[in-house]
Amino acid sequence: MRWYWKAIGPKKIIEFLVLVVFVIFFLGPLLNLAILAFTGNWKYPEAFPHEWSLKWWRFVLQQEDIAKSIGLSFLIATIVTAISILICVPAAYAFARIRFPLSRFFLFSFLLTNAFPKMGLYVSIAVLFYKLGLMNTLAGVVLIHIVNVLMYMTWIPTASFRNVHTAQEESARDVGASPFRVFRSITLPLAMPGILVASIFTFLNSLDEAQGTFLVGIPNFKTMPVIMYSIISDYPAYAGAVFSIILTLPTIILLLAAKRFVSADVLSSGFQFK
Amino acid sequence: MDIQLSIQKLTKRYKTGDGVSDISLDVQKGELITLLGPSGCGKTTVLRSIGGFLEPDSGDILIENKSVLKAPPEKRPTAMVFQSYNLWPHMTVFDNLAFGLKIRKMKKSEIDQAISEVLKLIRLSGSEQKFPGQLSGGQQQRVAVARALLLKPAVLLLDEPFSALDAKLRHEMREELREIQSNTGLTMVFVTHDQEEALSISDRIVVMNKGHIEQVASPQEIYDEPKTLFAAQFIGKMNFLKGVVTNGRVMIAQLAFPNSKNLSGNVTLAIRPEDVQLFDGEEAGLPGTIKHIMVLGHYAEVSIDLQGHGIIRSFRPRDQVNDLRTGQHVKVNFAKTLVFPTV
Ligand SMILES: Nc1ncnc2c1ncn2[C@@H]1O[C@H](COP(=O)(O)OP(=O)(O)O)[C@@H](O)[C@H]1O
Ligand SMILES: [Mg+2]
Repeated sequence: MRWYWKAIGPKKIIEFLVLVVFVIFFLGPLLNLAILAFTGNWKYPEAFPHEWSLKWWRFVLQQEDIAKSIGLSFLIATIVTAISILICVPAAYAFARIRFPLSRFFLFSFLLTNAFPKMGLYVSIAVLFYKLGLMNTLAGVVLIHIVNVLMYMTWIPTASFRNVHTAQEESARDVGASPFRVFRSITLPLAMPGILVASIFTFLNSLDEAQGTFLVGIPNFKTMPVIMYSIISDYPAYAGAVFSIILTLPTIILLLAAKRFVSADVLSSGFQFK
Repeated sequence: MDIQLSIQKLTKRYKTGDGVSDISLDVQKGELITLLGPSGCGKTTVLRSIGGFLEPDSGDILIENKSVLKAPPEKRPTAMVFQSYNLWPHMTVFDNLAFGLKIRKMKKSEIDQAISEVLKLIRLSGSEQKFPGQLSGGQQQRVAVARALLLKPAVLLLDEPFSALDAKLRHEMREELREIQSNTGLTMVFVTHDQEEALSISDRIVVMNKGHIEQVASPQEIYDEPKTLFAAQFIGKMNFLKGVVTNGRVMIAQLAFPNSKNLSGNVTLAIRPEDVQLFDGEEAGLPGTIKHIMVLGHYAEVSIDLQGHGIIRSFRPRDQVNDLRTGQHVKVNFAKTLVFPTV
């Protein structure tokens, strides 16, 4: 054992152990889910099912309310992402370029939406929504999702815009580009990695949001995470597994896509006040 | 000669009170004029006003006899090279160069032709498909210059374009720019805080200080006949001695110097180190003691303590210092002196 320790070095071995732990904790449940989701017939003491099938997939997708919730979740996530891009990206540009006295205060105020226990915030929002007639409406659900993501959606692009130097924009004006053309051809593409990362965060956050949706959207707007609760209690675990995979898959796909754009830089600079 | 650029009574004050006032300057066609001054004296403010990135409070800027004040940067016949971050890192060198030409709706074949010519000029042929991040700092600045050249501007503006580069490269780039200038006959306004750079590349130098112009003249004239004390101390090496005018003559101790400006009272004499002469005989001169002798290649710098009149430096050819020793008593006289009122 000792020669082994010496030959490979403690650093490598610790790295390996960390990896093992990571695999057990992260991939283990996923693997278990995958097995459950494709099970046809499984007698308990056996390690693996002796029959594989897609029947639980068929079952889940045939439940009308489940299928509906999947569609709804993606619809809401898309709307939330689109609207928050429209609101937050221009705001981020303003924060990055214009020094107005309250800009720090505004940027910090977004932190508040993420600093307190969510339920308290949601309840007070719900009270407001009652008065405005936004309970049990699509607009209400979308709004509550947007509240959640304002912070990422503003901070990260703000940092990206700050990383675009004024000389780069001015050079473009100088060679003949209008201010709009400069924004489209220079500023926006240079800030795009940050905006993309923030948008993916937003999309995933919306797909995942249960508490606020539950409070504001019931009974007509049951998204995937909301309906998940009833699936776990009302259906066999196999159906739950299929459903979890449907819920997790977009996360994995989008995160892998995001990895291309995420440099530690973009992420960390999103949380600095310059 | 045609006046290509005319700045008339330009004033720009920032909210902080800094800025420039009453700047007037005519630049000839084909001239390379340098704005020289310490950091913060307002060089960039003037240049950005010409380029359209700053709106002056008052005054006018004419290019080829037409006021350009109303035009935004993209409509002005100027091109600017900044100190850094000129290039767009998400575009290839080709796209960086072509961006402005495409906006001008130039034909594809003409763009290709123009870019390959300009890349040859800056000795970067074959770099079309590289990204700015793959180029060295000097190469990036050359691409920025090339991009500006492609626009065929009436006036090329350069704001300390080489100051981020190391000394050797800075030297090369100066020569290259000068060569490009003589090949193209382009009118250039070059900003620098480096007096050596200004002396080496300019047709004329504009010495600026605290938001105003101190002197406009050729490098030689600025060096030989600085008009103000500031210009005298900012350009080249200079010694300063206190003197006083008695009976119309500038006196240091018993020695008299010409009073070319007919000053009176306390004055400051400025003497270039190469004009400080040393004697060891009975000639007239200020008595002094040699403090240091530093041999710097082909010449030597000799510091002399003038016994109550301060320390003065003299540049001597190397063969003239062989028989000098530290501590030796000498007489000092000046081949040429400039006199300024003491402020
Ligand atoms: N946007 C600005 N707001 C306030 N003051 C400025 C601004 N830009 C420059 N200044 C000040 O104006 C003065 C001249 O600046 P600048 O033209 O950049 O000088 P230089 O290029 O010679 O270093 C400096 O004191 C500088 O601090
Ligand atoms: Mg400057």
